[in-house]
Amino acid sequence: MATLVQEAVPAGGAATSSPAETVTLRLWRGDARGGEFRDYTVENLGGEVVLDVVHRIQAEQAPDLAVRWNCKAGKCGSCSAEINGKPRLMCMTRMSSLDVSEPITVSPMRGNPIIRDLVTDVSYHFAVARRIPGFHPGPPEPDGTYRMSQVDVDRVQEFRKCIECFLCQNVCHVIRDHEDNKPAYAGPRFFVRLAELELHPLDTLDRRELAAKELGIGLCNITKCCTEVCPEDIHITDNAIIPMKERVVDARYDPIAWLGRKILRRPAPTPAAEVASLTPAGRSGEVISIEPRTPPGGPA
Amino acid sequence: MAEHETHVVDVLVIGAGGAGLRAAIEAHERGARTAVVCKSLLGKAHTVMAEGGVAAALRNVWPEDSWQVHFRDTMRGGKLLNNWRMAQLHAQEAPDRVLELEAWGALFDRTPDGRILQRDFGGHRYARLAHVGDRTGLEMIRTLQQRAVGLGIEVYMECKIVRLLRDASGAVNGAVGFYRESGSFVVFGAKAVVLASGGVGKAWKFTSNSWESTGDGHALALWAGADLIDMECVQFHPTGMVWPPSARGILVTEGVRGDGGVLRNRDGDRFMFNYIPDFYAKETADTIEEADQWYDNKKDFRRPPELLPRDEVARSINAEVKAGRGSPHGGVFLDIASRRSPEYIKRRLPSMYHQFKELADVDITAEPMEVGPTCHYIMGGVRVEADTEATTVPGLYAAGEVAGGMHGANRLGGNSLSDLLVFGRRAGLAAAEHALGTGEVALDLAQADEVIAEALAPFGRERGENPYAVHHDLQETMQDLVGIIRTESELLEADEKLDELEQRAGVVSVEGHRQFNPGWHLALDLQSMLAVARCTTRAATARKESRGGHTRDDYPNPDPELAKLNMVTRLDPSGAVTVAPEPLPEMPEELKALFDEEH
Repeated sequence: MATLVQEAVPAGGAATSSPAETVTLRLWRGDARGGEFRDYTVENLGGEVVLDVVHRIQAEQAPDLAVRWNCKAGKCGSCSAEINGKPRLMCMTRMSSLDVSEPITVSPMRGNPIIRDLVTDVSYHFAVARRIPGFHPGPPEPDGTYRMSQVDVDRVQEFRKCIECFLCQNVCHVIRDHEDNKPAYAGPRFFVRLAELELHPLDTLDRRELAAKELGIGLCNITKCCTEVCPEDIHITDNAIIPMKERVVDARYDPIAWLGRKILRRPAPTPAAEVASLTPAGRSGEVISIEPRTPPGGPA
Repeated sequence: MAEHETHVVDVLVIGAGGAGLRAAIEAHERGARTAVVCKSLLGKAHTVMAEGGVAAALRNVWPEDSWQVHFRDTMRGGKLLNNWRMAQLHAQEAPDRVLELEAWGALFDRTPDGRILQRDFGGHRYARLAHVGDRTGLEMIRTLQQRAVGLGIEVYMECKIVRLLRDASGAVNGAVGFYRESGSFVVFGAKAVVLASGGVGKAWKFTSNSWESTGDGHALALWAGADLIDMECVQFHPTGMVWPPSARGILVTEGVRGDGGVLRNRDGDRFMFNYIPDFYAKETADTIEEADQWYDNKKDFRRPPELLPRDEVARSINAEVKAGRGSPHGGVFLDIASRRSPEYIKRRLPSMYHQFKELADVDITAEPMEVGPTCHYIMGGVRVEADTEATTVPGLYAAGEVAGGMHGANRLGGNSLSDLLVFGRRAGLAAAEHALGTGEVALDLAQADEVIAEALAPFGRERGENPYAVHHDLQETMQDLVGIIRTESELLEADEKLDELEQRAGVVSVEGHRQFNPGWHLALDLQSMLAVARCTTRAATARKESRGGHTRDDYPNPDPELAKLNMVTRLDPSGAVTVAPEPLPEMPEELKALFDEEH
């Protein structure tokens, strides 16, 4: 096309007078037994994201290159990887934001066991999801529907934006470098889920003991690594983890204050007896099977 | 016997988008042992990309709304090719399905009195779409996913189904697939199978669809002997991104227009006023002054032409670009920046703001977007019974995009998410009832062995073609010859090219081993895409008129006689795709009367 528009290059970046003719990706190739980085050089077409270049390498040079992706629009959270060491979504990382005069390194998420090439085993996260008792509303209005105010909904919608890319889980150093912590730790994505349920205007379950005793929220020492990598800009540490930690403390020292806070948000008071009867214990025994199974070398 | 694992369940659901999850939840709650198989990870299905909302006559914003009005809008939008009974059930049951989602934890945007807020969309007479900003699909899939997980439903992730299995009587009783992660095979025995596999967009070059939309369910049904209907009816969404090239086709929600955005050509003109069809003239504003007052006063003013149904808008954009009045990258301008405040835009359309900022470096609160048509949805699909979603093959059900009939020749925005819920539930219910009344499954493992051997064949071929090259040529063929505007000579040319592509796809070879090998996955997905492409091409050749998403250059007008016919595609005994026109079910008089009422 004659009217090719030059992309803006950020000041201080690798600006040159004309775009490079080729780009090189240094991709990790291998499986659970081991592997190596290999360089692939393709034409620099401009206007692409990293995932586009990975796809062209797949189509032209390495048809068996394993990579997960779905929407290519930052909405599904499938194509997480580490780009020049930084955890990102490949579909939302523009080539023009990177210095293409050097090879660009793309490696699988380090926090997960490797399956093949850029694909990692994310089954741990799906297993944690099963351990959190789901939404449990109080009774509806007499007309059978629920009323909520936009301001109460907004607070929770920040957490509902989560696309489950698991980048936060990948950088959380509680588990990134300590595989043995995994059985006793849920990770930032699931602290967001807990906060979402805790703040949901209709939910009635108390999951604070679970958060403290089984999901290890106390292990988080709020280094904010998770917040920094969130592609949805969820304030994971400030808005989810810290308030959850405070509520867990409330549960131990001031249960009445917690109950009062939870009930006051609602237009119609929830009977205290009902709240008390809905402990998570009744539901936590449920087990589901999510395939695929953990391959050798995966988490216990 | 080939090595594989085996699972036997009552109901097997293929697909974990909105329809599949809703079907699985229903089947489980009806007491059937239920398993879901999905080609990606749980929660990543294409439903996640739905933006604008879920259409249901909740009457929270407009008490004048009713199922009857929603039904009429849907039928008119579908150019009356819809299965009337599906459109009726859909309009009647959508409100309950939305409220049920809320009881399962979904958080929709609210009205001032705390009820579910509804937004305007093309073709809907009243503001009707329950929504969460512009990420309604994510909210819906997360709610269903969490519900399914809480119920303990079995989920087999990253598993591709290659073929359905049938018993001696021809009834479906299972499926063969493989785990993408390991490449190892799995055989499912099931008393009932629900197809909920979504769409076919990946057969076209510019599409809003993800890699998964390869028409697997359409093809599985066809190969199992089921009928497909109206496969020529493909929706090209009017507003996909056109620039940068890598983002071409990615969807821009109709919510932009519902919330005040307008379409302009190179000269800044709101060209849609020049393309108002007679069919919609009575209810469409013909001046800018009137159109702009409609957003706040729907009683006294008529709706802007930017909110005509998608087929009309897509054709108009296409015509404007062809006439040389397009934007620099071959689209038109979608402008909300000059019409709404930055705060409003960011609150109502947060993911559109994010998408354009990140992918195109465009700030939609300050500049117009460049947009053009993108292959988005197939209205046609597996022929089903309206009340049960039973296909023409015993034991096989279909719901969601893979099923045909509900949307006729053109789908209204927002009717897809409600379709998934209404018919997902009905399919799950009927499949569970069928399964609970059926004896033990007698699997024919020899059939499974044949399927497995065939699926592994690409590994054994040397120096065959690369499947990516065949896929590329298929996409070019469908985009150029079976795209938004069609004509007989090009359709016949496409049919010939498909012969050649089928031959090439039959001899592709795959490098490497079976573990997570995308080349191999594509080699098998190609078989589905080619089957769908053939059905669409032949049905499009047979429908010699223009109707909804199907536009013929050589037959530019609708033909009232063809309005009474479905184009039915099926395999003949030799395995070739045939097309036969068959009459639509007749609408009862009391529903016909709805179309005569003044509004």
